[in-house]
Amino acid sequence: MRRAHVKAWVVGLIALAVSVIVFIVPFWFILLTASKSASEAADLSLALPTQWQLFRNVVAVLGTGQGMVIRAFINSTTLTICSVALMVVIAAAAGYVLQRRQSRWNLLINFMVLAGLIVPPAVVPTIWVMQSIGIFKTMIGMIMIEVTFGLSFCILLFRAFVGTIPRELDEAAIVDGAGPLRLFFVVILPLLRPVMITVVVVQAVAVFNDFTGPLYFLPGFGNETVQLTLYNFQSQTLNQWNLLFSDILLITIPPLVMYIFFNRQIVAGMISGAVKG
Amino acid sequence: MSSAPTVVAGAPVVNRRRRRWSRDRAYPTWFYLPAALLFVVLFAVPTFASFYFSLTRWTLFNTEFIGLDNFVMFFQEPNLVKGFTNTFIYGFLTSASKVVIGLLLGLLLTGRVVGRGFLRAVIFFPVLVSTIGVGLTFKVLMDPFHGLINGSLAVLGITGPGWLTDPKYALLSVAAVDVWKGLGIATLIYIAGIVSIPQEYFEAARVDGASWWQNFWHITLPLVRPATTTVILLSLIGGLRSFDLIWAMTNGGPGFTSDVIASVIYKQYQAGFYGLSTAGNVVLFVVVALIIIPLNYFFLRREVDR
Amino acid sequence: MKRRFVCAALPTVALAAGLGMAGCSVGEVTGGSDGGGSKGQVTIRLLVPVSGEGQTGVEEEMIAAFTKIHPNVKINLETQPGGTDGDNLTKTKLATGEMPEVFLYNTGSLLQALNPEQNLVDLSSEDWAGKITDSFKATVTTTKGGVYGAPIGTTSAGGVLYNKKVYADLGLKVPTTWDEYRANNEKIKAAGKTAIIQTFGSDWTAQLFVLADFGNVMAQDPDWAAQYTLNKRKYAEQPGLQGWLNQEQTAKDGFYNKDAASAVYDDGLKMLASGDGVTWPMLSSAVAGIAQNYPDAVNDIGMFPLPAQKAENTRMTMWMSNAFYIPKTATGDKLEAAKQFVAFANSEQGCQIQNEKSTATGPYSISTCQLPADAAPVLKDIQTWQDDGKAIPACEFLSPVKGPGMPNITVEVGRGIKTGMQGAQLYDQDVKKQAQQLGLPGW
Repeated sequence: MRRAHVKAWVVGLIALAVSVIVFIVPFWFILLTASKSASEAADLSLALPTQWQLFRNVVAVLGTGQGMVIRAFINSTTLTICSVALMVVIAAAAGYVLQRRQSRWNLLINFMVLAGLIVPPAVVPTIWVMQSIGIFKTMIGMIMIEVTFGLSFCILLFRAFVGTIPRELDEAAIVDGAGPLRLFFVVILPLLRPVMITVVVVQAVAVFNDFTGPLYFLPGFGNETVQLTLYNFQSQTLNQWNLLFSDILLITIPPLVMYIFFNRQIVAGMISGAVKG
Repeated sequence: MSSAPTVVAGAPVVNRRRRRWSRDRAYPTWFYLPAALLFVVLFAVPTFASFYFSLTRWTLFNTEFIGLDNFVMFFQEPNLVKGFTNTFIYGFLTSASKVVIGLLLGLLLTGRVVGRGFLRAVIFFPVLVSTIGVGLTFKVLMDPFHGLINGSLAVLGITGPGWLTDPKYALLSVAAVDVWKGLGIATLIYIAGIVSIPQEYFEAARVDGASWWQNFWHITLPLVRPATTTVILLSLIGGLRSFDLIWAMTNGGPGFTSDVIASVIYKQYQAGFYGLSTAGNVVLFVVVALIIIPLNYFFLRREVDR
Repeated sequence: MKRRFVCAALPTVALAAGLGMAGCSVGEVTGGSDGGGSKGQVTIRLLVPVSGEGQTGVEEEMIAAFTKIHPNVKINLETQPGGTDGDNLTKTKLATGEMPEVFLYNTGSLLQALNPEQNLVDLSSEDWAGKITDSFKATVTTTKGGVYGAPIGTTSAGGVLYNKKVYADLGLKVPTTWDEYRANNEKIKAAGKTAIIQTFGSDWTAQLFVLADFGNVMAQDPDWAAQYTLNKRKYAEQPGLQGWLNQEQTAKDGFYNKDAASAVYDDGLKMLASGDGVTWPMLSSAVAGIAQNYPDAVNDIGMFPLPAQKAENTRMTMWMSNAFYIPKTATGDKLEAAKQFVAFANSEQGCQIQNEKSTATGPYSISTCQLPADAAPVLKDIQTWQDDGKAIPACEFLSPVKGPGMPNITVEVGRGIKTGMQGAQLYDQDVKKQAQQLGLPGW
């Protein structure tokens, strides 16, 4: 048994060393560079800053372009909260009925859900449709786009999970006289809480980190999201690496917070959804 | 509880219909409505419209029907063809890497290893971080003269190449970062798959005196197949459609050497060639569908056999 | 049961709150709405593409001076990214009728892509319209005539910026033929300095070998541009091919800086100012960057045109000024205010502001504006060529045909990935898309 024990330690230490170099060093680099002055940051090395000015850099970043970064955070937050809230409710409703109600349409619906996952959005025709309705370059339009393209993943996960809720509960509620809305919102939805957390966290991170979507569908002054400002930042802060990396750090904070709080649920949810297919 | 109606002549018909009717009342179809509405308007309509618009010259102001000229142009230009081949290379390379390395890491992190929890957390975190952020960070790290990677190699006496500036390596370097970022999910799925293998199999094998390799080849690998399937499908779809990382790191450069279909489409959109860009979208859609749908079917059949 | 209901209600509440927030776009929340005014107050918007911080000094100063004279007009300054991203935004804004009342944009072929007759106001009846130079007029007009833009800023030249001090130290004379240029570069290389600066990290800079050779092409074939528009000339044939071949040769000769593949525009400025890099095929607008970052070096920089194979064909290629345009969606009071502002920009006071707040990079395009007395030596070099009648507008100002792929293709030639001939052929194919998109005859 000792040999196995030693092996566990040796392999573990090697794995730790490799993981530190491969996975931790880049983040350490981001943190270090974000804390340096502009001239020190230009060296792009792992040397420790002579003076930790992380706070000053962050303030400078928030102040550039007349508060452009702050505006971007507001935009991104609005977009994320609204899309995820809408997505969860709509997808839960659809996944729930998909699982419970057997009909000929199910084959078509399943195919469409799969298509939503695979098919890349046709950009210009989508813009054309949005323009005709008058929602192009509006926050509402962007929210609808995010919801539409996030639906497939959510429906899949919800459908799988609803399958684990015994129908007896439904029947009991129906016998009690519950109508469809009450059945869904009062009986089913609370039971979906574990997968709902997974869906919310995963999709929130996805929408927050979405670059291409707002790039195409929400252009325009005042509409920038954090990913877009980060991308534009590299030309605006030429050779001011400390500011660029401060921005990267700022943008990494919301997902980091999500991760720290919901790590276990994300893992559990993804596992149940993925392996069950 | 099965709900497949059994065709039995006679009595139960009335009861069955009433039961189904009341059951269906509890699961109204209008629950689909919001999803269906969004889906049709913002997904189905544009996708079908794209088939039409790809056959036109489109300036957003007016359209001119030109038949298959866009597609001819698409496949004639060497840069666009290069984008095509790059897309395949990128998609299959990243997918294969994630499958192999993901499986290895999954095995490692379900075995007896010190610091397992920490390792799992560390590997998964890049998945959550902004793609643009990762792209810009690695672009800086990979700078041939000032970047940390070549700096560290120099300490060991090796002159690092221009990771993103050498046409031979640009696409591969971006693919490497893509794998770095996406490995966490693959590993996670594999861990789930490995953990769900019933221990009885391993016990039986131990009684038979099986070696580690035999365990792996005859028990783990086959039983982990659902996880492998999922990883292959997800990573391939993502890899073939990848845009963000490539755009942030190389813009398709140097020149056109790391262009993929998605970045080609965007460049044409930027230039205002909306018809051509939409044709590119159609090509991408066809490519992804032609690869994924048969693959999906193939996996489904294999699974049914089990 | 109650707890369950609350749990279910939470997402709905979040949803409602979110929708409420989404209803007002951030733009409105942070101000900047342009309500039409009360008491004769007019508010118009001015759109300027920028590629970095602090590039709106001229416009801000002009707005301040203008509102002093016209206190009933309020002007809101808006910015958007420049470059190809910005081009797209501009086109979309025009298409959707959301273009601000005055916007700044390029002239020449980029203007043609905006469809001026359909979208822009014809300003030929304005006072200043009679005072613009002929070459500028050609860049803001269409086949049906009319003047659609008012100049803002100076012209600039495209040629070879060089460090005069190093040239003097090494005893080199300004080359007038390509072979002389090559010989000079050999000597510079032997002296251990970089003969030709290249900055492929900013891919647009690679185009200069071809674009700045255009004047030489026109000297050999004065009808080239007109015929090119009709698809009767190709870059893959002489005289257009030479620029591509020359670029290929400089790459093969090993004249570039070691880090050319990843260097960016700012690195180029630094090299030229310090003398580590001795020549740089570039626009004279780089002088503005040097004046800002390395003011002591400004007097060391000179310019000569990209030499042709024969001295008699060497010409300085000129880039025309940008212009202010007014979209047709501006009407009534706003149109009047917009016209007044545009006229002000070209008045004596407006010109003074331009001289003060921006660095001149070439002669002005309107007779009311004169270069300041303390203009950089580069400008004097350019002026000489112009005075001799040997300055020709660049291709994009004489022909609407320009392909979007030129930066990438020239980078490939400069990096040795493609030969000069291959690059020229690729580009000929690339412009076909643009020409067809514009609906030009003969393509």
